[in-house]
Amino acid sequence: MALPLAVDVAVTHLRGRKRQTLVSVLGVALGVGFFIAMTAMMQGFQGFFISTVVDVAPHITISDEFREPERQPAVTAFPDGAVRVEGVKPRDQVRGIKGGPGIVEAIRRLPGVEAAPSLSGQVFLRYGAAERNATLSGIEPSQELRITRLEKDMLAGSLRDLQTRPDGVVLGAGLAKRLGAGMSDRLTAISPAGVIRRVTVVGIYRTGVSSFDDGQAIMLLKEVQILQDRPNVINRIRIRMDDIDAAGDLAARLEARYAYKAESWQEANQGVFSVFRIQSAVMYSTVGAIMVVAAFGIFNIISTVVYEKSRDIAIMKSLGFAEGDIHRIFILEGLLVGVIGALLGWVIGYALVSLLGSLRFNFGGGTIQNDRFHLAYSFVHYAVGGAFSVTAATLAAYIPARRAARLNPVEIVRGAA
Amino acid sequence: MSAAPVIEARGLGRVLPGPMPVTLVRGIDLAIAPGEFIAITGPSGSGKSSLLYLLGLLDRPSEGSVLLDGRDAAGLPENDRARLRLTRLGFVFQFHFLLPEFTVLGNVLIPMRKLAALSDADMHRRAEELLERLGLGDQARKRPDQLSGGQRQRVAIARALANAPRVILADEPTGNLDTHNARTVFDIFAGLARDTGTAVVTVTHDEHLAAQAGRRIHLVDGRIDREDRA
Ligand SMILES: Nc1ncnc2c1ncn2[C@@H]1O[C@H](COP(=O)(O)OP(=O)(O)O)[C@@H](O)[C@H]1O
Ligand SMILES: [Mg+2]
Repeated sequence: MALPLAVDVAVTHLRGRKRQTLVSVLGVALGVGFFIAMTAMMQGFQGFFISTVVDVAPHITISDEFREPERQPAVTAFPDGAVRVEGVKPRDQVRGIKGGPGIVEAIRRLPGVEAAPSLSGQVFLRYGAAERNATLSGIEPSQELRITRLEKDMLAGSLRDLQTRPDGVVLGAGLAKRLGAGMSDRLTAISPAGVIRRVTVVGIYRTGVSSFDDGQAIMLLKEVQILQDRPNVINRIRIRMDDIDAAGDLAARLEARYAYKAESWQEANQGVFSVFRIQSAVMYSTVGAIMVVAAFGIFNIISTVVYEKSRDIAIMKSLGFAEGDIHRIFILEGLLVGVIGALLGWVIGYALVSLLGSLRFNFGGGTIQNDRFHLAYSFVHYAVGGAFSVTAATLAAYIPARRAARLNPVEIVRGAA
Repeated sequence: MSAAPVIEARGLGRVLPGPMPVTLVRGIDLAIAPGEFIAITGPSGSGKSSLLYLLGLLDRPSEGSVLLDGRDAAGLPENDRARLRLTRLGFVFQFHFLLPEFTVLGNVLIPMRKLAALSDADMHRRAEELLERLGLGDQARKRPDQLSGGQRQRVAIARALANAPRVILADEPTGNLDTHNARTVFDIFAGLARDTGTAVVTVTHDEHLAAQAGRRIHLVDGRIDREDRA
């Protein structure tokens, strides 16, 4: 006998309701298939987003800001008193990170951590008739190269060229395009401090992140300090680290130590991550709903079989099948639908993922440039989808199986006579 | 009969509980020896089926006991009673009650596969032997719905015999059969009892057939009204 008896009986029951069984198997298969495709797509995109952000932006940025407004002397003087100060007018402080170079050096001594100073501010760029506002970052190329991957995104020129061309500026590709400027073109830069300088384009980059490409320009730190009239001031320390997951912890430690606001890449992208979480929740609810429907289908078939086959159940009991044997047969039926559905779902999932992977499209805009679905390929998706469907199918079979096991054969045999 | 009884009822009674309790059988004392062929007769509703379900451990008595080979069996947990039904008892009902999706051979194999005491080859050999003995040697591959009523009932008997039970319990097995087929079934029972020592207890309302049995028990209102031996 090829099959164990219980499997044999279970298969026989399902064969007797081919169409219903097929519908349930397909329900499970679609649930599993979509689960695989959607997780691949979402995790893939999230991974792509993170790696792009992590590649382009610093892992931690220390800025010359404080999370809490500065404490008023009255509050400090009476720490336990109910002091309330109103109408405070902030002094126009000479902002910047005090002792910046020292902090940079201290951070660089941590293992697996690199840091570089910069002065970041607004600038007005003019080329011929075209004018744009941009964020201008002043950097020290030798230090900056330790914390940026920008060199691989250079379409022309290099950050290094800033060293030999003190009047050089490196532009994002989108910014250059809007100004109509190309390599070696000479622009006019005007700062809020009123300083005007002539600068020459020595590099153009494209990172794929639009805030960088469309609105950022880079010059030598010293030049920016002159342009912004803030000699020797830096207002950003940008940090790159080997273990990007440790960014949150390190940021908190640095902030506790130096008081300046230290923002990790996770914090900087909080909004996006909460969108990701909502996306995941929507996806899991959708797949969950498909599985619930599939489970109802399974519940339905097995209930029908139990009803239709109550006479057979009574016969089997009279032949010496125990309650556990009957229970097992019907659980097995759910399991069969779940397993076949999962296997088919794997095929569907694989096919969907392959299809999505082969698509190419052209989206101009977006915060991140993208011409394909970024997919996360993982056996875990298959395992989770399979385990989920088999569990759901077994649970769906449980109630009708228990009813079958408890059928009283005497009642059925009498009823038939 | 002096041999130790294979199955015995002692003060056996069954009442369906409820606001108006129904007494199915009561005060049944009955000892059945190996190889005995017993016919139970009685008017419709006299409790013949109920008695059979109790003896066959399908139903639980409200009072008294059923002993299989001298040991109390009716009070055992359901799993143990199922095991005894599998190994010691064989049922034949009025309606053939075969599993419709399984072949004739498949039906006869089911109790053996459940017991799993023999090798596959031995199970097949035994099933084919049984079918042969019941004159169904050439029907083994057919489905139940391809057989006549008499043939189906013989398949049901073959299936009841699969695990070589000590007792066959049959509830009006000839109720749906013509005279010829009915006689065949009774001949089989008589032969079984005589040749293999299997005790056969069969309900029938046919006095002619009942006359063939070694002992007749007549039920009225759930009680043994009279009993006579051939
Ligand atoms: N579930 C039940 N509810 C009420 N009465 C029942 C039930 N089952 C059996 N009976 C009654 O019990 C009596 C005995 O039934 P049964 O053993 O089937 O008799 P027989 O087989 O001799 O015709 C009958 O009067 C029948 O109507
Ligand atoms: Mg009856």
